[in-house]
Amino acid sequence: MARLTSLEDLERYRQEVLARRDPKKPCVTICSGTGCRAYKSEKVAHAFQAELEAKGLAGKVDVRRTGCHGFCERGPIVVMLPEETCYLKVKVEDVPELVAETLVGGKVVERLLYRTDAGEGVVHENDIPFYKHQTRLLFHDNLRIDPTNLDDYLAVGGYGALAKALGSMTPEQVVAEVKKSNLRGRGGAGFPAGVKWETTRNSPGDERYVLVNADEGDPGAYMDRSILEGNPHSVLEGFIIGGYAIGARTGYVYVRQEYPLAVENLIGALDDLHEAGLLGENILGTGFSFEILIYRGAGAFVSGESSALMSSIEGKVGEPRPKYIRTSVKGLFDKPSNLNNVETWANVPLIISRGAEWFAGIGTEGSKGTKVFSLVGKVNNTGLVEVPMGMSLRRIVFDIGGGIREGRAFKAVQTGGPSGGVIPESMLDLPVDFDELTKVGSMMGSGGMIVMDDNTCMPDVAKYFLEFLADESCGKCVPCREGVWQMLQILTRMVKGEGREGDVELLEDLSTTVQDASLCALGQSAPNPVLSSIHYFRDEYRAHVEEKRCPALVCKALTSYWVDPDKCIACGLCKKNCPVGAISGEKKQVHVVDQALCTKCDTCFQVCPPKTRAVTKLSGQPVPKPPEDLAVRAAKGKKG
Amino acid sequence: MPVDHIIDRYDARREALVQILLDVQKELRWLPRNVLKRVSDRLGVTLREIYNVATFYKHFSLVPQGRHQMSVCVGTACHVRGAQKLLDRVSNVVGIQAGGTSKDERFSLHTVNCVGCCALGPVMTVDGEYLSNPTTEELEKVCETCE
Repeated sequence: MARLTSLEDLERYRQEVLARRDPKKPCVTICSGTGCRAYKSEKVAHAFQAELEAKGLAGKVDVRRTGCHGFCERGPIVVMLPEETCYLKVKVEDVPELVAETLVGGKVVERLLYRTDAGEGVVHENDIPFYKHQTRLLFHDNLRIDPTNLDDYLAVGGYGALAKALGSMTPEQVVAEVKKSNLRGRGGAGFPAGVKWETTRNSPGDERYVLVNADEGDPGAYMDRSILEGNPHSVLEGFIIGGYAIGARTGYVYVRQEYPLAVENLIGALDDLHEAGLLGENILGTGFSFEILIYRGAGAFVSGESSALMSSIEGKVGEPRPKYIRTSVKGLFDKPSNLNNVETWANVPLIISRGAEWFAGIGTEGSKGTKVFSLVGKVNNTGLVEVPMGMSLRRIVFDIGGGIREGRAFKAVQTGGPSGGVIPESMLDLPVDFDELTKVGSMMGSGGMIVMDDNTCMPDVAKYFLEFLADESCGKCVPCREGVWQMLQILTRMVKGEGREGDVELLEDLSTTVQDASLCALGQSAPNPVLSSIHYFRDEYRAHVEEKRCPALVCKALTSYWVDPDKCIACGLCKKNCPVGAISGEKKQVHVVDQALCTKCDTCFQVCPPKTRAVTKLSGQPVPKPPEDLAVRAAKGKKG
Repeated sequence: MPVDHIIDRYDARREALVQILLDVQKELRWLPRNVLKRVSDRLGVTLREIYNVATFYKHFSLVPQGRHQMSVCVGTACHVRGAQKLLDRVSNVVGIQAGGTSKDERFSLHTVNCVGCCALGPVMTVDGEYLSNPTTEELEKVCETCE
């Protein structure tokens, strides 16, 4: 495309793009986010192209690979435009039928629709319960955009906010607008973005930088990835506006190398922007010049911390430094630097084009706008959800998430990743925003939301998070390096059944020291999962220490497998599948687990027929001796 | 020296050290000492500093890696859905433990803390391709396609 040299040029080009497009022309959109790709969406896209070719429809129907739709559980997702008929879990074999029935015949293929509990098919994506309760501002356009096509983004009004900022607002006005919107950083701590922008802008220096933090390292969170992969221009537009407002000429995007598709889409987007004159020297003829550089992270969780991230971009070890002087005053290459995460930047174009008041009208008193959560774990509808701040956990987990898998009971939800905490059932009605989550001992973090059912053991989960943090601690300061490690030792002996009297109190004591004395947020927040789970599930910790019992029957060392002689039907499945030959039994004889040989791999428990449920897990009690008479007493097929 | 083209791509800038090492790691699958020496000479950074960086970031390896990379995600979402069982299964199929490389340098097996597609958990990648909770048979099939 020709370089756009003025604001009018951009508008004219946008109209050209729109004029070239017929909104009534059929288009098959295939979600090509990482989740759907893993479910072979690329093969489905190829199959559509081949089938359209074969049926002589190639020029009459468009095929578009779009960004993530969020309902990753049911991928690959295919939406047929203009009717917006939404098909889930589409396989290559389904393609000929979809072309013949829907594209040619104009009929809906019932079997690939979403089904409600009552068995009714739902035709449109927005009517599916998973989507119905969401407010999708950041994800709204993903369905219509091929992330590799700048025209697609322009067609939905893209770079209109940049044009508005450059054409009719001073940098100070942009900062004031963001401040007024009360946008808080989506990366974790929730610091007001506008305040940070202002500090950076007003800090003395001849040069200043802006940065995108796309080092999304929280295990269980992937919303930034999906935004970058699915709609990279929304982030870049916000970023360029930020550069203008803060007075930067150079911006850095720091993205994990583990997200190759995000890196690829970003590089492509930057090339397109240069070509279009939306990046580089004299953007749109306004005299504003801005460059963006991409830096890849090499796999260090702690490098997502602002000062560590900046060290990493300087080519050094990505360790945090004490922040007596904030990075907004002295950051990258010792210049004033403003760092915000992906989701924060993606909100900026919305605020500029629709206004701070509109934005501040969404959400709660202290937290404005929407938040994207990665709703994962033991919930039925896993995926990315975007809701207004203040929605209750109950609505997120049950209305959107569809409740707990396999009809099990809800136990807790972990928000904020390894630095966050668990929230128990009694607090399900908590409105989710920055301040409420902090009040109950958790935090917003970047938006991971891991749902746990009654099969989850709290000390085990706390141990898991500490293992992660002990591994990722950079080791620079003693409280984090040694403190987290010691806490991990205590939890490890607890789950092994070697817990000592006073261990729970010792954990609490150590936690306070680690919180108070650590250098950066990694250490300061590391005790959160331990403290919050002790607070809400103290009995469970006690049971591990005092009774050597794991109430959730998870901790291997505290659990035994036993075949209930009153239920066993001698079907032989457990014996056949046991990998270590620990189960003995003959036809019509009750099977017996040899406790000395058993490795507690759980195989027998899983293969034991649901109608029988003879294999039982025991904890905190001795395993009953096998009966002398081994003859089977349960009737086959009888419910136990 | 074969890595010069990578160093040239970044104009031998000191601050590009991490990026250069990432590209070397991608091309050679590890960071041999003679290569790091070359990077040290060209960038004017001490070898000590380079080893400091190379050992800090998880992605870098100072020993040869297999031709095919297997990573099992042990992030939280995968953990609660049985990542350990998947890891055991993969270990069984390729005959190496996490962190190891097979003797013929065909496979390396690692654990990673979240690959960012939690909805599919437990999930793993083979040379960057995602597999959602593959069975033993599926894993064997995938291995056959890896030379």
